[in-house]
Amino acid sequence: MNMNFREYKLGSRFFALALGLSMCITLFMPSFDIGSVNATNIAMDKQLWAGHESGFSLDDPLLLGWHKPLKVLLKADPVSGQPMDATYAYVYEKGTPLPNGVLHPDNLGSVAKRLSIDKGHILESNKNTGTVFLVKMDDQKRYYIENASATLGWTPEGVLKTAGDENTQHAAAGKSLFVREGCWWCHTLLPEQTQDWQVFGAPPMLGDFNGESPTAFGSDRKAPDILHVASRNSSKEWMMLHFFNPRLVQPHSIMPRFDYLWGPVDANGQKIDFAKWRTEYNEYREGKRITPPEVPTYARNSEIRNLIDFVMNLK
Amino acid sequence: MLKYLMARNEDIPPGSAAVYWGYSSIVWFVIGTGLGAFNAAKLAFPDFVTGLEFLSFGHMRQVHVMAVIFGWISMAFGMTMMYMTPMLGNTRLWSEKLGVWNAFLWNVGLSLGLTVLWWGMNSGREYSDFPWFIDLYVLLFMTIPLGINVWMTIIHRRTQGIYITNWFFGAGTFMVSIVLLVGNLPEYFHLTGLTEAYLTWWNAHNILGLWITPVGAAIGYYTIPKITGNPLYSHRLGHLHFWSIVVFYSTPASHHLMSAPLPEWLKSFASVEGVLILVPAIAFVSNILMTMQGKWNMFVENLEVKFTVTGCLMAIPLNMQGGFQQTRAINWYIHGTGWIVAHAHLALLGFSTFVEVGAVYFGLQTIMRKKLWSLTLGNLHFWFLLVGFTTYWVSMTIAGLIQGAGKIYEVPYIDVVIAEHPYMIARWLGGSLVFMGNCVWLFNMWMTARAGTVIPAGRMAHELAYER
Ligand code: HEC
Repeated sequence: MNMNFREYKLGSRFFALALGLSMCITLFMPSFDIGSVNATNIAMDKQLWAGHESGFSLDDPLLLGWHKPLKVLLKADPVSGQPMDATYAYVYEKGTPLPNGVLHPDNLGSVAKRLSIDKGHILESNKNTGTVFLVKMDDQKRYYIENASATLGWTPEGVLKTAGDENTQHAAAGKSLFVREGCWWCHTLLPEQTQDWQVFGAPPMLGDFNGESPTAFGSDRKAPDILHVASRNSSKEWMMLHFFNPRLVQPHSIMPRFDYLWGPVDANGQKIDFAKWRTEYNEYREGKRITPPEVPTYARNSEIRNLIDFVMNLK
Repeated sequence: MLKYLMARNEDIPPGSAAVYWGYSSIVWFVIGTGLGAFNAAKLAFPDFVTGLEFLSFGHMRQVHVMAVIFGWISMAFGMTMMYMTPMLGNTRLWSEKLGVWNAFLWNVGLSLGLTVLWWGMNSGREYSDFPWFIDLYVLLFMTIPLGINVWMTIIHRRTQGIYITNWFFGAGTFMVSIVLLVGNLPEYFHLTGLTEAYLTWWNAHNILGLWITPVGAAIGYYTIPKITGNPLYSHRLGHLHFWSIVVFYSTPASHHLMSAPLPEWLKSFASVEGVLILVPAIAFVSNILMTMQGKWNMFVENLEVKFTVTGCLMAIPLNMQGGFQQTRAINWYIHGTGWIVAHAHLALLGFSTFVEVGAVYFGLQTIMRKKLWSLTLGNLHFWFLLVGFTTYWVSMTIAGLIQGAGKIYEVPYIDVVIAEHPYMIARWLGGSLVFMGNCVWLFNMWMTARAGTVIPAGRMAHELAYER
């Protein structure tokens, strides 16, 4: 045992000091800056539609989109049935884990936290009965989260029924697909501050991420940034063709085909014959056919529907 | 090897653990680079193997990265720790049995982790892609037991001083455990938003900076003096290297997020510290190259020295890039482009891998007391790796510069994709060469174990002439 050697004692202490100091500067000090940020309305919208977690979690271990909230566009009041200004509501059905800012209101920053609790009644949210949320603005233009089940008596079932399937977006389940299918190895969700403004849109701000998990910025851009993609291309039809086989709409694309997200049947319940489609597509590529084979319309409960809902939400 | 899992510690021949770690690492290297080449093919030819979710690019990309980091590099580290730490302390490994179990659990855990990743179960966080239960396993059954064996062997050494390699081994195993613990806090405690984004890159940066780079360098500090017979040029430069790693390399995490809305002071601080990474880098490279004085013939004649010195030379461009590409002046141009991918491969496949390959060759021959079966195949391995890597690095660097130009001039993205195509093909060819070289290596080491000439007692592997 030679550890009592004076130099080594001193060395270990300096080592602890150096590593401790480095952690203090890189972990402890930034936590004050990051922790003091108030959530913007973008962050509130995002955490409400994406839900508690989009990566691996016990609620959705295989990333199949279990226990995810729904974002719906309401054009009528779900209680009275009277028409009203179009409003987005975020529906957390029974058993869906609550969003992070509701579970831990500190996440929202001090101002948004106080408003969301006092005016928005978010502490009355309940996972076991289900809750509907809204993003609201007070008269001083400060945003907060409102528990519409507590303040307006809206129930998840009522809201979904009033909105109807065509106004319901499975964007949260789609974000899980974004993580599971590795879109973020090619696409970033982070327009850069130094350029990118014109093509990819405005870079996000400090308070735009509160409560989001994972942020999945992506680091290696082999493809366009898609944080605002729906603002430049909002055609579901284009997205459908592009996901089935990107080379249909963009011959030089290196994006993989995501035809397997269609599942076994199309919108009419007909079995999709992938082998036939690929053969015909190959014939088209070799010039033996004039038009490519038709892309099957996806079923309402297919994974591709969730993914397209997600992409359409990236405004 | 598995029979030793149940044997008593005294009955396990010294070196068994190192052999187990060593062969495992080579197998993972073959698997990891095979996956890499497959993925590269998909980026060059997107319709190559299509329609199957499990063979899609997005499912396999992270499997490649985790297989090379935790399978190849980290197991090669384990291998060198199993034999260098006791030799430098003039003692036996603290527990051969723990070493064998550790390698076994490492292989099991990694296989499990890669399977779930492949399945799509991932955290969505780069370099900490594993779901949290695998992260916990990595910490508890992989890195901490390795650390315990290293620390206890150092404590029970029979020399007075501790050689520089062992400082790095002891500190590296400690630091990687801390990094994996802190870096995965977002998953353990569900931290969200910018905290999550920042900790993701804190973790990624420090796995490289406090594990892969310093331990890789530590291995060079052993191999070069040992094989050339020259004493290390300067112990004091070694001190400088060690302390500047701990102080400078542990802090620039946020330079990976220069264009994200993090606090500006943090980004500036990270950038300055990032440039200071040149201090340990220059200390290391000059120390190794000066140690080679008078023995440069071995750079040509001896396979292990050839690998190690090549790796060390690659540390020069690596750190020149690393120090400057993260400053605001340069980062805005190359951030998120293939340039960074090239740089990451220069670190892991260039510098670090070449140094480790040298040490694994040397260690396996020394422990098994068998001379390398074929020098020709060894040289073939070297050139496949070097040519393959260089092709990869050059093509990705060019692709990155194209992307950078496309980015700042806001060229329609598809034009960038078209312009990159030839370089994607070159990248795939380079990666395939690396993979083929590794298959040759596995075969060569297999034959060495079975049919290598026995090294007589009192001799070292490199003192014997090659036979093939
Ligand atoms: C191998 C890399 C790669 C992967 C993986 C990938 N993409 Fe793409 N993607 C591209 C490329 C390259 C383009 C640009 C060419 C084109 O339009 O196809 C693109 C284009 C797009 C576009 C149109 C962008 C625009 O600016 O109009 C969207 C939307 C998109 N991808 C979504 C996705 C989603 C969602 C996933 C995951 C399911 C995904 N991509 C996976 C490479 C990839």
